[in-house]
Amino acid sequence: MQHGKYRFIIGFLAAPLALYAVFVIWPFIQSIYYSFTDWTGLSPEFSMVGFANYTKMFQDEVFWKSLQHSVVLLLVLPVITLGLALFFAFMINVGGRRRKGAAVGGVRGSGFYKIAYFFPQVLSIAIVAILFQFAYDPAQGMINGALRTVGLDGLQPNWLGDPGLALWCITAVLVWCTVGFFVVLFSAGMASIPRDFYEAALLDGASRVTTFFRITLPLLWDTVQSGWVYMGILALGAEAFAVVHIMSIGPGGPDYATTVLPLYVYQAAFRDGQAAYATTIGVALLVVTLAFAAVVMRLGRRERLEF
Amino acid sequence: MGTTSARGTEGPGTDTAHLDGSPGGVGRRDLIKRSAALGLISVPAMGVLSACASGGGSGDSGKAEKGEKTAKNPLGVNASAPLELVIFDGGFGTQYAEDAKDVYAKTYPKAEVKFSKTQKIQSVLQPRFNGGTPPDLIDNSGAQQMDMGVLVGKKQLTDLTPLLDAPSVDDPKKKVRDTLRPGIVEMGQFDGDPVWILYYAYTVYGVWYSQTALEKLDARYPETWDEMLALCAKAKKQGIAGWTYSGKHPYYIPFSLYPFIGKIGGAEVLDAIDNLEPRAWEHPAVKAAFEAYYELYAKGYILPGTPGLDHRGSQGAWARGKALFIPNGSWVENEEAKFIPKDFRLAVGAPSGLDSSDKLPFGTLWASGGEPFIVPAKARNAEGGMEQLRIMLSEASSKSFTTSTKSLSAFNGGTEGIPLSDGLTSGVAALEKAGKNVLNPRLQDWYVKLQKEQIGVAGLGEMMAGRATPAETIKKIQGFADAAAKDSSIKHFKHQK
Repeated sequence: MQHGKYRFIIGFLAAPLALYAVFVIWPFIQSIYYSFTDWTGLSPEFSMVGFANYTKMFQDEVFWKSLQHSVVLLLVLPVITLGLALFFAFMINVGGRRRKGAAVGGVRGSGFYKIAYFFPQVLSIAIVAILFQFAYDPAQGMINGALRTVGLDGLQPNWLGDPGLALWCITAVLVWCTVGFFVVLFSAGMASIPRDFYEAALLDGASRVTTFFRITLPLLWDTVQSGWVYMGILALGAEAFAVVHIMSIGPGGPDYATTVLPLYVYQAAFRDGQAAYATTIGVALLVVTLAFAAVVMRLGRRERLEF
Repeated sequence: MGTTSARGTEGPGTDTAHLDGSPGGVGRRDLIKRSAALGLISVPAMGVLSACASGGGSGDSGKAEKGEKTAKNPLGVNASAPLELVIFDGGFGTQYAEDAKDVYAKTYPKAEVKFSKTQKIQSVLQPRFNGGTPPDLIDNSGAQQMDMGVLVGKKQLTDLTPLLDAPSVDDPKKKVRDTLRPGIVEMGQFDGDPVWILYYAYTVYGVWYSQTALEKLDARYPETWDEMLALCAKAKKQGIAGWTYSGKHPYYIPFSLYPFIGKIGGAEVLDAIDNLEPRAWEHPAVKAAFEAYYELYAKGYILPGTPGLDHRGSQGAWARGKALFIPNGSWVENEEAKFIPKDFRLAVGAPSGLDSSDKLPFGTLWASGGEPFIVPAKARNAEGGMEQLRIMLSEASSKSFTTSTKSLSAFNGGTEGIPLSDGLTSGVAALEKAGKNVLNPRLQDWYVKLQKEQIGVAGLGEMMAGRATPAETIKKIQGFADAAAKDSSIKHFKHQK
């Protein structure tokens, strides 16, 4: 069967690679090319302008703010989401009280929680954003309403209207709608960890916290790591854009408190008619994404554990 | 992430499947067939890509031949050329445009008329502009409006002067240009004589209120700022806020703030602002107006929570009587039709003056065109697009527009003999009172980013939420304006006077 093996492999890989090249690599190259032009996006004519767009970008305060917010999301979002998801998944699968017949098990009603956590994943991100926008409404929103009913009339934040809170309001929405997916993902990972490990650890008198850090987390590390990459892409990409675009003041406000790189790309391209400048910001976004992926890959590198 | 996460879930042993074509599962032959099929798909994809972006622009413009100019057909429309219209489907709906389309179809029965409506003007049309195949007439409106400055600057639009100089439908002795409301023709000009845009709706901006609510407070609409503050104080005692505005879109505040500035300091202050002149925002009239508005915040006359409300939220609170005044445009009557109570008696007020030293009299008003209609330069049937506009500017079409949208059109007149709603009646009266003191600030169509994001959200939004003082706000806005004036990637405009 050795004959023609490489031909076979090449035949197998050619199509996906070609698709990848056409739909991913080629647009990247194109946008890098356009970032050196003055293309408006509204007419087919344009000319080369050298590095003008880049000089403009480096002097653009809004760009730096967008970058800063994107980086904050990139650092904070995965930590909160994955941390919560790990905690929930652990409680659902392993953290429960010991019952007869099984050494480890989830808390009571864990099957229900699993489904409940997954629910937001079923809703489209746009619907989630609009629902939360209603909830955050300072006058008639659910959150301030709840605060009033418990007698906190003095505490009526403007939520999305407050520059100090707006980005956190948006982070909360992103966490809310993604955490369920990772609960399910980590649950699946945990289910494949042999029960004997836990039994042995419990016999040795290990606490739940110890079992989590010494058994669950190391054996789940690969999954967590890919979850990290996925959350990073989400924080830099379409989901963050959608939520900010739909929910925030302006959008991107108040006073640029929530603007993120993909939103700025969108505004430059489709509101301001400066498609070339938008591609320049897009190139910056590409650099950030690549740097993030490189860091995660390097930090996360570990020997695979066989079990 | 597929491979890595799969590792966690798979048991040991599944990792042994190699690519040597072991029997079972999908056969090797099938695999090759499938990958070949995929390869085939990617070929047309390549074609699509190379056609995108700047791909268009090959020779064939496909323009329809001109028809013969006659008295009935002054623009020389080719009676058999197809016509394509794309209309923004927003607050005004599209009924008025469909009515006018039917008139066109009746006049030119051989022409195939294609009509489509959308809220996403830019997503639908930007690729067609790039490809060089835009439709013949567009209502370029709404949140996804294409930037007019760029369209004009890149010569993507047809000069509408032939339309303006053509005889009007109702009176062949009168040119279309002479049947329009004040400001419409100037608004379509950007740099010199050509008129690139025809604004079809006529919007009255100002302070909108309920006559009934004022009467309950035993008050009339305040003509000076002291009266305004006194009225707000009175309302506050009854638990009613003086003002609210769309906190999510603070660029609604200028609808009453700009004419206020104009009233205090004269139209030239607003012109200087529009022309991005240095220190234009540091004019004392701007400072006085900003301080007056800031006082509304400082004295607690703004509805609590306003900075977090969107336009529908603030308008809803206002319609329910939680606040007296809201800066808005005449579309609010149609937009909130369901929520404005029957006995509301909607009215619009020109901005209250500051004091007797104001340059312009009370009644000075911002009114200008809305719903910008454009005929692309590369339209196949530009004459048809203009002819459609000529039909829309007839008295009958204008009446159909006013009836179905509760709004005035660019056609001067057309309100006799049809029942007018409260808001519209008040708008017509306000225009009459204003006389020639109709202001027309242009920032919102010349410099969208500056007006909405910078002056609106970052400037006025912060000031009205109490997070910046008027002096800080003016400094900030002047900085934005200076940056816009210096930015060579923005097309700059000047008032034609």
